[in-house]
Order: sequence, then C-alpha cells, then structure tokens
Amino acid sequence: MRNPLSDRIVEIQPSGIRKFFDIVSEMKDAISLGVGEPDFDTPWHIREEGIYSLEKGRTFYTSNAGLKELKVEVCSYLSRRFEVTYDPDHEVMVTVGGSEAIDIALRAMLDPGDEVLIPQPSYVSYVPCTILANGVPVIIDLEAKDQFKLTSEKLLEKITPKTKVLVLPFPNNPTGAVMKAEELEEIAKIVIEKDLFVISDEIYAELTYGSDHTTIAALPGMKDRTVLINGFSKSYAMTGWRLGYAAAPRVILEQMLKIHQFAIMCAPTTSQYAAVAALRDGDKDVQVMRESYDQRRRYLIHTFKEMGLECFEPHGAFYTFPSIKRFGMTSDEFATRLLREEKVAVVPGTAFGDCGEGYLRISYAYSLKNLKEALSRMDRFIKKLDGKA
Amino acid sequence: MREKILAIIEKNSRIDLKDLAILLGENEAAIANEIADMEKEHIICGYHTLINWDNTSEEKVMALIEVKVTPQRGMGFDKIAERIYQYSEVNAVYLMSGAFDFTVFIEGKTMRQVAQFVSEKLSPMESVLSTATHFVLKKYKDHGTVLAEGTTDERMLITP
Repeated sequence: MRNPLSDRIVEIQPSGIRKFFDIVSEMKDAISLGVGEPDFDTPWHIREEGIYSLEKGRTFYTSNAGLKELKVEVCSYLSRRFEVTYDPDHEVMVTVGGSEAIDIALRAMLDPGDEVLIPQPSYVSYVPCTILANGVPVIIDLEAKDQFKLTSEKLLEKITPKTKVLVLPFPNNPTGAVMKAEELEEIAKIVIEKDLFVISDEIYAELTYGSDHTTIAALPGMKDRTVLINGFSKSYAMTGWRLGYAAAPRVILEQMLKIHQFAIMCAPTTSQYAAVAALRDGDKDVQVMRESYDQRRRYLIHTFKEMGLECFEPHGAFYTFPSIKRFGMTSDEFATRLLREEKVAVVPGTAFGDCGEGYLRISYAYSLKNLKEALSRMDRFIKKLDGKA
Repeated sequence: MREKILAIIEKNSRIDLKDLAILLGENEAAIANEIADMEKEHIICGYHTLINWDNTSEEKVMALIEVKVTPQRGMGFDKIAERIYQYSEVNAVYLMSGAFDFTVFIEGKTMRQVAQFVSEKLSPMESVLSTATHFVLKKYKDHGTVLAEGTTDERMLITP
C-alpha cells in the first residue's frame, strides 16, 4: 500500500503539551495548575441566550461571516474598548475560536517561502499553522530580562527580505507578558518601515492588570497592516463555545472569508447568539473575573517569592512563568518529578518553544483553596531539592 | 479598598488576614484597621455561617410572612418593626414597597410553633392589620450560594 500520509503533516511535531497530558491523565489524584482556560462558568445570562436561541429554533447556518448583529456588536466593542473602528459589513468575521482565525489569516497571507516571525514562548499553534500555510516560521526568542516583551532589537535581527508577517501574541500565553502602547509604537515603526503585516492575537486583551490593553491596530498606519484576532473564550469564560473573530482590512478579510466559507461554513449559531449577549451586557462579568484573577495573581507571585522561586511579575492573561534554572534540571524533568513526587501538574516551558527551557507555566485559573494546596506541595518539593527537608 | 475587602469576606469571612492582604496587595495591618473600623461603623454587622439545615437531622421550619400595618403617628414604621424584630423567632424584617408593608422571616421547630407565633404574637399587635403566612418548602440558594451539591472541576487537567 502507498503511504497514505503527507510528508509535511507527518513532519510537524505534535504539541509538547500532548505528551505531558498523557502522563497526567494516568494520575487520578493529581492537582493541576496546567489549564489554559478560565475556572468560571460562562455567566448565566449568556448561557441563557444560547438556550433561548435553541428554544426558538435558531438552528440554521448563519451567513459565512457571522450574524450581522454580532458583527455590529464586535465593532462597537472594539471601538469602545480599544479605540479602533471597523466596518461590520466588510472588515469583521466570526470564527471558530481565535484558533481558526490564526490559521486562516496565515493561509490568506502567505506564499511558499514567506517568512513569519513568531516570538516565543508563545501559544502552540503559530508554528504548525505557518508550516501548513507553506510559510517558513522564524522564531524570535524572548527573554525574562526584557520581561518577555518583543523589543525592536530582537525584531530587527530576524527580518530578512522574505519576512512578510509578524505574529504578535500579547497579552501572552504562557508568560503573562503585556506590551504597552509606547512599546508597540516602536514595533509599529519597524513594521511600517519594513513593509510587514501583523497578526495580533489579542485573545487575553480583557485580562490585563494595572493598565488597559492597547491594540497595535489602533496605532497610526497600522490598521491596514494588521489582522486583529480576539474571541470570547478567555474574557467571558466561553472556551467550549468555540467562538472568536478577526478584524482586518477588507482585502485580507475577503480572502480569509473564502477559506472559512469552504472549510467551516459558519461558526456555531447558538454560540453566536450567546456572544451577542456577552458583548451587550457582559462588561460587568469581565470586570468581576478580572479582579478575581488579579487577586490570585498577587497570591501566586507572593508565594513564589516566599518559596524562593524566581518569577517576573506578569501583567496579563492568567499565567505565571517562574524560572527553575537554579535547580539544574530541564523544565521537563522538573515538571515530571513534581508530578510524580507531589502530584502537581504544571506545563514545562518548552511546550511553548525551545526558549521556554528553564521555566514552567503555572496557571492561576483555580480556586484559592486549590492554589494553596498545590503551592504547599510545590514548596515541599523545592525544599527537598534544596536539601532543607 | 473597603469594597474589595467586603466583596471577599462577604463570600468567605474565615479567610486569613494574611491571605486577604496578599490577594489585595495591601499590608496586613492596614487591612486589620479597615476591618476594625468597619465593625465600629456597623458596616460589618457580624460573621455568620451559612448552614443547609436540610442536610442535618435538625427539624426547622421557615416562613415568610407578609404583614400589613397602620403606621403610628409620629413614629412611622420603625417603631412597629422594632416591636416585631425583638422576638428571637424573627430572623429578618424588611420594610417593603408595594401591596404590604413588612416581610418577616420566622424560624421555628415546627409549623405549629410558627403558626402559634403568628396568631398569638404577631397578629394581635395593635398596628397589625393583616398577615399572610407562606412556609418555605425548599431552599435552593441562600446568600448568593447554591445549597445543592458542590460542583466539580470538569476541565481537562492540561490544556494549551
């Protein structure tokens, strides 16, 4: 029989998280600090809107780009929160999570050989999606000394005549790093000068602590060069609804829509109706959840300090990214031993890129009770490593 | 800071002062002072425990009573409310807008005991015009907390 598989897909490595997930699944009583989703349920008024839409029999396809009223709400949200205006008829589309938007944006923009700059540590899908779109991923290693921000030096270093797209993953999973307006201005200057485009993954835009999120699309000259990606999963605790959106210049969006039209048809109708309610009446919910994450963020950072675990202070998302370099182990070894010996599951930093070596991703989307128990086990583990117990 | 403290201790009055300080990014002494002040100012009026009595062997009956009254000259409703809330059987008294004046929550061991309280204590008061007693059959949610079974974390243990 012939080989049924495509070489390109076989060469793509499965997500590093997958391997760890398999080990964790075998351990029944493990406490996890490893999830990438909120611990809240979707607020009831949003769920109820989904239920109503089912009761009313709204079980048909929507138009490819999504419900008109949802697109209108998305545009009004983007302008009210981030001061960037889009035309709901031509510049916005509703996708199956932010993940789909990442995939189709890359596919719409890349020709074979085009280089895509991907700052790491970052979310696991940018590299494989680039490869699937015939692009060439070029990694930019971010560092703790820069608080895991993208600096203009690091960006300039990796630009070649083939560079076409820069992925901008802030607020960042897994580091929790954010980029402030003035830092984005530096990046925007280079993007315009070098004639690049930006895919800005802003799925954690609502979860910043201390200062509001700025989108690079709002900076002068940048709207025409940016595909802004956002969604409902993180801000409204709606991961399972699979709903995101992309806002982009019409020329790009039309091509993205073409892929979406053939591959997906439309995002789930029930989820779209629920999302309308989220954008109309969900600001209060977001505020409550943000405050709660912020409190737990402080708790984790404080406890890491007490434990002697070095960690830069994250200002976004719901992750911390402490360094374990002083223990002379790889992230994988540390995480595996922590799991085996104390039954605490964390994600090795290397799951988010090679430069995540020496770090762990620890999520604080857990109850305080759960965090306390997990952290006291980690403390015991670290004391053991330090020879203090 | 007050609102943030209250938001947390309203849900969990047993939280450590130390934890509270860390969560809010404030120092412990400042939080302790703020709480002491709020106690003095009667913003914080007590620290109670939310009990689901249905899960105990204790028999308890609760009733909500709508009470219509004639306010007394020069004293309004407050004086009548005081005469009602002094009874230890009375859990809560609210002055209401609408068709009746007070909502009174009564707790007793048996329905008979509650009925007796209404007929012997509440109704005979001179300002009370009428009462309507509604017995509570089941409590689903109290003080913002669902009393049914606890929820479990159904998320996958590790996700990207």
